[in-house]
Order: sequence, then structure tokens, then C-alpha cells
Amino acid sequence: MTPFVELDRVSLRYGGDGGTLALDQTSLSLEQGEFAAVVGPSGCGKSSLMKLVTGLLPPTQGNIIVAGREVGGPLKIVGMAFQNPTMLPWRTTLRNVMLPLEIVQPHRSRLRQERAAYEARAKDLLRTVGLNGFEQKHPWMLSGGMQQRANLCRSLIHEPELLMLDEPFGALDAFTREELWQVMQDLWIERKFTCILVTHDLREAAFLADTIFVMSARPGRIIATHRVDLPRPRSLDDTYRPEFVSLVHAIRDQISQVRSEARAAEAGAPPVAKVA
Amino acid sequence: MAISTRITRRQMEMAIPWIVTIGIFVVWELVVVIGNIQSFVLPSPSAIAQAFVQFRGPIMGHAMFTLVNTLSGFGLGIVFGLLLGVAIGSSRLVYNGLYPVLIGFNSIPKVAIAPILVLWLGIGQAPAIATAFLICFFPIAVNVATGLATVEPEIEDVLRSLGASKLDILMKIGLPRSMPYFFASLKVAITLAFVGAVISETIASNEGIGFLMLQASSQFRIPLMFAGVVVIAVMGVVTYVFFAAIERRMTGWATRGQQGTQFATGS
Ligand SMILES: Nc1ncnc2c1ncn2[C@@H]1O[C@H](COP(=O)(O)OP(=O)(O)OP(=O)(O)O)[C@@H](O)[C@H]1O
Ligand SMILES: [Mg+2]
Repeated sequence: MTPFVELDRVSLRYGGDGGTLALDQTSLSLEQGEFAAVVGPSGCGKSSLMKLVTGLLPPTQGNIIVAGREVGGPLKIVGMAFQNPTMLPWRTTLRNVMLPLEIVQPHRSRLRQERAAYEARAKDLLRTVGLNGFEQKHPWMLSGGMQQRANLCRSLIHEPELLMLDEPFGALDAFTREELWQVMQDLWIERKFTCILVTHDLREAAFLADTIFVMSARPGRIIATHRVDLPRPRSLDDTYRPEFVSLVHAIRDQISQVRSEARAAEAGAPPVAKVA
Repeated sequence: MAISTRITRRQMEMAIPWIVTIGIFVVWELVVVIGNIQSFVLPSPSAIAQAFVQFRGPIMGHAMFTLVNTLSGFGLGIVFGLLLGVAIGSSRLVYNGLYPVLIGFNSIPKVAIAPILVLWLGIGQAPAIATAFLICFFPIAVNVATGLATVEPEIEDVLRSLGASKLDILMKIGLPRSMPYFFASLKVAITLAFVGAVISETIASNEGIGFLMLQASSQFRIPLMFAGVVVIAVMGVVTYVFFAAIERRMTGWATRGQQGTQFATGS
């Protein structure tokens, strides 16, 4: 099976020749329907990686292939959600969630005739994330966690083949976050879209992902790939099982090692032993 | 108890503009009467009211003329200001190209342009409308451009990755986002449009409040002149309140229903 998303030695430099090298020779590949998580120290280029995969930024070097085609501009099949929910304050929650349907074909041309059917679909989706009854409320009447649920709905309403999540649960409290992990897992099991999740939370990565990519400090490279072979659906209790805990520990050690290496390099000291 | 004090506070807020305005007129009257100030220096409010009643026919005629000119210039200013604001707000190139020109243009006192306009357009209605337009489009354009510039890059990324065109992004996000700025600028622009129309009427017109005031002052009918000033002020306040009400209706979401958010109003 050919991979659905493939990066082949991709580099990205911001701001011309003398600029910041954000990604250096990054390679990774994902199967269709795979759930991947990307973790790494702050500023290592995770958000930049998302922009490259979705075609919002062109790579300085290397090739990116998504769904068998080389990426040469913004993809049109993507759902995205960021840490900041960016709901539009002048629209109700329902109309916020339906925004992608006003852009993406074939929904765009059908929306007018089949408004009721599409609204029902959006309401169903809102119900699965526990937002029934809030369809007609404006986003600023919703709590941060509720806005983030609506944000997830907006990223999924047009049934994208590829979902890109950049720390979508980062600003939430621990309880809400864990609840949304389960919501996310249920949605993924039901629909099996390909998903790339950027996160700082290693438990989150291990709970949701099939594959975890660990990145080095800037300039970012993939320094390790972990398969998470725990059966689905995973429960929160699973996160306390020994194999889960030891996986999280292993990744944490890798990241703290790349961080201290980066700090040592900055201080001018010779780098410590390389991570395999 | 708590409720009743809140209601009186509310009523107080409603009444205070009237109290202050009437208070100013009362103080003015007293100063004139007690100080025995001659009416050709500063007429008392009662003398102004008398002049207004006596000449109400011609005053209202001139006021209508000024109002029509102001609103015409203002209408043109809205259309042009909106288009210009969208152009400079959505294209860096247009922004860089027009910025110095606009700043330069806005620094010119419009009193200085009015004679040129008279030269080109003759006297009367045309230069008044043109001056009102030239003086009022700028804050509208600047505010619309500012509104467009406040669109979060994340939401733009979300739409672009759905395949949205520049026009889609403008229609779905840019314009709605800049509406509070647009409506805020209308309140400023309408008062500026009055200034423009009256300036032009004082320079070259046989009609309008500006002309009336010029005439009255040359004939030393100072109370009549002040009546003209008051009429302009009243028209300014009424149109301002009108556009403030429209603003509240159209962009209630921007103030989150309750607490007032202040938006930049430009110059
Ligand atoms: N628009 C930009 N222009 C210039 N440099 C940028 C830009 N965006 C990001 N960078 C730089 O690229 C590097 C990677 O940034 P990126 O946002 O991808 O990091 P990140 O891994 O997402 O960090 P975090 O975990 O803190 O969100 C950083 O050093 C940053 O300074
Ligand atoms: Mg980031």
C-alpha cells in the first residue's frame, strides 16, 4: 500500500537564505486512515510541518505527497483545528460548524437546496460532542471547552480525508481534555480519516495515536517513531497500564535528551551522545 | 432595594445628556444677562430662539439644502471609502502604493481644496457635495482596512485549506469582521461630512446654512448666525444618534451583547 501522506527529506527555512531553518530533512509517511501524533520540544517546527503538509507553505527543499499527488498549493480536502478555536463571533455555533460546507464542493452548490439535511448533519455532529442545545448560541456564550468541541465539529463537518490538529486540547483543563480524547477517538473509529495531531501532552499522543513521531529541537527532524499497539477503543484506565506508562516515559526521556542537547549546543559545548 | 437603585441609575444615564445640554444653555443665558453682554458679541439663547422662530422658513430651507448635500457626499463617501478600504486592506501592494498618497491627501485642510473645487464645479450644490465626500471617505476607508487587518491568520488558514478563494475569505470573514469598524467610522464620517458641506457653502453658494451664516454675519444679525450654528449642531447630533443606533443593531455581536467594546474610530 502506498502511503497517504509522505514527506521526503523536506526542509523549510523562513525568511530567505539567512533565515531560520525550521525543518531539516524531515521524512515521514502515513497510511490512509492512520492516526499520527507529532511531539517535540517547543519551537521545533511542528506547526510549520502542519502548514507544509496542508500546502499553506511551500517547502524550501524536498517533496510532499498527499493522496498520491505532490502538494503544490493549499489542499482542498483538509480539516484543521488549532489551539485557539477561532469561532466567528457573528455566527451562531451551528452556522460556525457549517462554514466549511459553504466553501467545499460539492456541498457548496447543494447547500441551498438541501439546507435542512445539512443542518441535521451538523446538529448530529454537535450532539456527538455533547453540544446539543447550543446550536443557536453564539460562540462567546460558550465556555472554552465547548468552543473547542465546536471547533472539532467544524473541522470534521465536510468529512475531510485528512484532519490536522495543532494542540487543539492545549488550553483545556485536564478533565475536559480527557473527555475530548474519548470524543476524538470515537469519531476516528467511526470515520477512519487520516489524522495528524500535534501535541505537547505525551499521554494524549499515546492515547490517541497509532504512530508517534518524536522531533528534535530546531531545526526539526524526526528522531524516533513509536508504534502504539494498544487495542481500540482505548479507555482512560488503559493510560495507567504498565506498557502505556513505559511508552510515555521512553518518549519523555527522548525529548528531554534532545532539549538538553540543544541547550548544550547553544552554550557552545560539544554535543552529548546522539539519540539513535 | 438594589433593583430600585439600579433603575434610578439607568434613568439617570438616560437623563444626563439632556440635563447637561439644558444646563449649558441656562448658564449661557445667565452669563449674557448678568454680564450684560451685547447681542452682537454673544447673543443669549433666548435671542437665538427668537431669531430662529422669526426666520424659521428660510432657515429650514437652507438646512434642507445643507442636509441633502451632506448626505449625498456622505453616501458617495461610504461607497468609495468601503471600496478603498477593502482594496488597501486586502492587498499589500495597493496598501504600499496608496499609503503615502492617502496620508498626504488627508493632511491637506479641506478648506484649502474647496476653492479649487469651486473652480472646477462652479458654485452651489456640486462643490458642497464634493467637499463633504472628500472629507468623509478617509476615516471609512481606514477603518474598513483596519478591520480587514484584524482577521486572525488561523481562521484564514482554516479556510484556505478548504480551498477557499480570496473572495470567499473576504466575504465570509473579512467583511463581517470589519463591520464594527465600518459602522463606528460612519458616526465620525457623518459629522465630518457636515463640516465639508458647510465650508463649501460659506465659500461659494447662494444657499445652505453656511451661506446663511455668512449673510447674517455680514449684516450683523448675530442671533440669526447663531441660530444657523445651532441648527447644524442639532442635525449633527441627530444623524450621529441615528448611525449609532444602526451600529448597535448591526454589530451587537462585537460588544458581546453587554459590555461596550470601543473600536478605533480613525481621524
Ligand atoms: N512566520 C514565521 N516567520 C519566521 N520564523 C518562523 C515563523 N513561524 C515559525 N517560525 C520559526 O520556526 C520555528 C518553528 O516554529 P513552529 O511554530 O513550527 O514551532 P512549533 O514546534 O509549532 O512550536 P510550539 O510547540 O511552541 O507551538 C521557530 O523557531 C519559529 O521561530
Ligand atoms: Mg506550534
